[in-house]
Amino acid sequence: MRFLRRFFIRLTNFATRRRADQRLREEMAEHLALQIEENLNAGMAPAEARRQARLKLGAAEAIREDHHGEQSLPFVENLFQDLRFAVRMLLRSPGFSLIVIATMALGVGATTAIYSVIDATLLHPLPYPHPGELVRIEANFPGVGAHDIGISIPELKDLQNSGIFQYVSLSFFGTNNLTGSDQPASIASKSVSPSYFAVLGVDAQLGRTWDPHDATPGFLPDVVISDGLWKRAFGVDPHIIGKTLRLDNDPAQVVGVMPASFRDQGQTSEERGTDLWAAAGFAGDPAPPPMRSVRFPFQTIARLQPGLSPQAAQGRLDALVASLKKQYPADYPLQGAWTVHLTSLAETLVGNVRQSLILLFGAVGLVLLIGCVNVANLLLARASARGREMAVRQALGAARTRLIRQLLTESLLLFVIGGISGFAVLFCARRFLLQFVPESLPRLNDISIGWGLFAFSIVVSVAAGIIFGLAPAWLTSRLNLTETLRQEGRGSNGSRKRSRLRHVLVIGELALSLVLMVAAGLLLRSFWDLFKVQLGFNPTRVMAIETSLPNPNDPKTDIYGTATQEAVFLREVLRRNRTIPGVEETAVSDRAAIPLGYGQSDHRAVPLLREGLGVESSQPPLIDTMIVSPEYFHVLGMTLLRGRLFADQDVEDTPFVAVINQAAARMYWPGKDGKGENPVGKRVRMLGPLGRSSPDWTTIVGVIADARTESLADAGIPQIYLDIYQRPAKFLAFYLRGQVDPAAISAQVRTQIQSVDAELPVFRAETLDDVLSSSLSVRRFSMEMVALFAATALLLAGLGIYGTISFLVNEQSREIAIRLALGAQRRNILAMVLRQGLTLAAVGASVGLIGALIVSHLMAGLLFGVSPTDPPTFAAVTMVLTCVAIAASYIPALRAMRLDPITTLHAE
Amino acid sequence: MKEKPDVLQGTLALMVLKTLDVLGPQHGYGVARRIEQISGDVLAVNQGTLYPLLLKLENEGSIASQWGASENNRRARFYRLTATGRKQLREETHDWKQTAAIIARFFEVKAEDLP
Repeated sequence: MRFLRRFFIRLTNFATRRRADQRLREEMAEHLALQIEENLNAGMAPAEARRQARLKLGAAEAIREDHHGEQSLPFVENLFQDLRFAVRMLLRSPGFSLIVIATMALGVGATTAIYSVIDATLLHPLPYPHPGELVRIEANFPGVGAHDIGISIPELKDLQNSGIFQYVSLSFFGTNNLTGSDQPASIASKSVSPSYFAVLGVDAQLGRTWDPHDATPGFLPDVVISDGLWKRAFGVDPHIIGKTLRLDNDPAQVVGVMPASFRDQGQTSEERGTDLWAAAGFAGDPAPPPMRSVRFPFQTIARLQPGLSPQAAQGRLDALVASLKKQYPADYPLQGAWTVHLTSLAETLVGNVRQSLILLFGAVGLVLLIGCVNVANLLLARASARGREMAVRQALGAARTRLIRQLLTESLLLFVIGGISGFAVLFCARRFLLQFVPESLPRLNDISIGWGLFAFSIVVSVAAGIIFGLAPAWLTSRLNLTETLRQEGRGSNGSRKRSRLRHVLVIGELALSLVLMVAAGLLLRSFWDLFKVQLGFNPTRVMAIETSLPNPNDPKTDIYGTATQEAVFLREVLRRNRTIPGVEETAVSDRAAIPLGYGQSDHRAVPLLREGLGVESSQPPLIDTMIVSPEYFHVLGMTLLRGRLFADQDVEDTPFVAVINQAAARMYWPGKDGKGENPVGKRVRMLGPLGRSSPDWTTIVGVIADARTESLADAGIPQIYLDIYQRPAKFLAFYLRGQVDPAAISAQVRTQIQSVDAELPVFRAETLDDVLSSSLSVRRFSMEMVALFAATALLLAGLGIYGTISFLVNEQSREIAIRLALGAQRRNILAMVLRQGLTLAAVGASVGLIGALIVSHLMAGLLFGVSPTDPPTFAAVTMVLTCVAIAASYIPALRAMRLDPITTLHAE
Repeated sequence: MKEKPDVLQGTLALMVLKTLDVLGPQHGYGVARRIEQISGDVLAVNQGTLYPLLLKLENEGSIASQWGASENNRRARFYRLTATGRKQLREETHDWKQTAAIIARFFEVKAEDLP
């Protein structure tokens, strides 16, 4: 306390020091005058009177200085002095300052940019109050290898009553057809429990959300809409509350509008952009009556009781699970070993991009590091030029710490200016830069460049300034006085240490850039391999256009309720699409079957029951289902290997048929000898969601070659294709192959579809090539960024080696001149300098290779088709680095070669 | 930086406060002369040190000052005791007397007095 008070007094003194000093001076003068007067009155001679008065007063100057030193803040004063000097130094060598500032601006700007993405996605993924309380609940049957099996309504009730959670909610993401406005639209919607918004802790900006304790079994008539939908579809209608919408032909009343800042939680950008929320109890129409074994394959999220740690909550949950298993042994078979697991919701949302972002942050960190090393190198180079200045300062009595402080102030000023300019550039260019970030990154819209980031960039530049300014300052201030002054700053004792440090720095730079280049090279090869991979289907000249059929809550109002009803519609649309000019072939499938499309999240692997193999004997294997029309395979150019494809005679009344891919055949019909069994003719049953197994046996009629329609990286995903004329699908994609105009086709297809049913939305027309390319967007983004960083690093390393060799040549110019004078061949001089550059490159490269091996193994998860120790990549990168090192040493080497011995020796 | 012995600093401050208490508002020269008269040696030389002390006491709020005219019509800064200063003087006087009494007793005690 006392210290603090004194500090504040000193601080005020610091601000008012001139006044206090002035007053002391005046008062002492006054005192002196009075004393002299008195002395004169006492009869002294004027000179003696003055002398005596002075003696009595004491050393006025010293007293004032003492007072000043005691009462003020010399540190701050010195800082201001140093800063003033640093600014002068900065202005005196603008070229040097500009390079340092630009390097730092680049490094700090890029680091801050990547950090802004990380800050928004990894560090603050949930823009809701108390995000730490939000968890995802996942039920598993680990005994049979079934994960995320969903939750049944009685289980949901148990969780709600357990006292572990404040609120628990199911949520299921999908789309609905919104009709009634000028154009039917397909909107992203979520079916949730009434407690959904209570879980998230967000309220409506207009109207209300639902009562979290509402126990209506079926769907509530009330829906909540997003601010975006309110603006887009209703023109910010202030009287929207109470209005009735038609959703999939069901009436729904708007009760609330969420705030503009609200973004839903979810793993995909579509889900985060949910526009409408409908609440249901999931215990009545259209859901089956609640039973413990009827599990909804929905996401379950919950908010923990305040103050309850996730670990403690998991402990209590385990106890609950154990007691439930005892109470209902029939619903939780022993071999399933039912467990319920809590994960932090934030964790589940960012999991898939974490690795890419960390890689990027690592890469950009390396660039920053290389930049800093470069700057440190430049500072060292300047140190030799300033040797004389330092020596003079020291000779005049400056303490070494004082010199270091001043040098550090100078470098800090440069670093901080660099950091601020980097941030400023980032701030001005943010809109331009954000368009390069792929849309699939979570929470992209929440990347904001504000004060927090500014603080980050300042902290980074100050830390860098201290770390990389200290060593040069230490070495600059360390010198042999007499020698330096005599030699005018050349060849002083400190310079050998300095050049050793410079070598270390350049080697470090080369090593770091090699690491980055290897990372970039491996990513590039992975990307290239993915791009060039044998797709197994042909996306060229094919467009996909989506529509969705209404899925009303009341099955009686569904005009597409049966396969036959839907088939009429499908055949008519296909017939009409074929009449569009340029179209050669058409097909239709459900959304999940769009190759590499948005529907990837629709793929829910369903259990496959094979005839003759009991379920109980082993857990049913899982298979991805897709529903397609007979022409689908031909339009996409997929090859039939065995049996037949779908035909026109396969309709609702005929036995169900299916086509599987080779991966499924290999995996599920391996045969007794392992050579493979012919699956054609075998019969299977799929267990649908909600435990409703489709009772009908489906005969496998054909096997097609594997195609990478689900993942470019994985060819062997087991798939089963069902006939759309037998199993109707609600979310449809129409395919058109041929010479069509992508800009106009959307409107043309819309006209065709809506002339059959005017209430259907038509959206997302894309060529399959575009779909393919956007499925690579995150990979492309990280590859491009890392490549960019690697190029920057290489450039900086090249500059570093150039600077160091130039410096060496400068230092050795005398030696070189003597050699030349003694008759050395100019060729040999060139070789000598180049050898120095090459030695640095060789040491740097070998250190870098070790680092690269470590890093490439860490990023193995991001690679495809290339081993982390891919020799061609490593060799090529080392070659490039060596070439750059030679090129960078060549210019100073030429200069050394052309040195004129006479002039040089005279100048010394 | 040379630190003055704390005892002298403390006593000098006390002397200043007491002087202002007895004489009422005084300029610096007056305070110095008074202390010189009473104490003899302590402030016969180096009287300039008084002024940083006055500044410090004023910063601490024990005394206040304003410009005024001295007896012979010179411009001078007059210091006076504030309420805080008065309280401080009372407390310090008490402390000082106590300390002095204890020290005095120590000096009086001889070896043979001890049991």
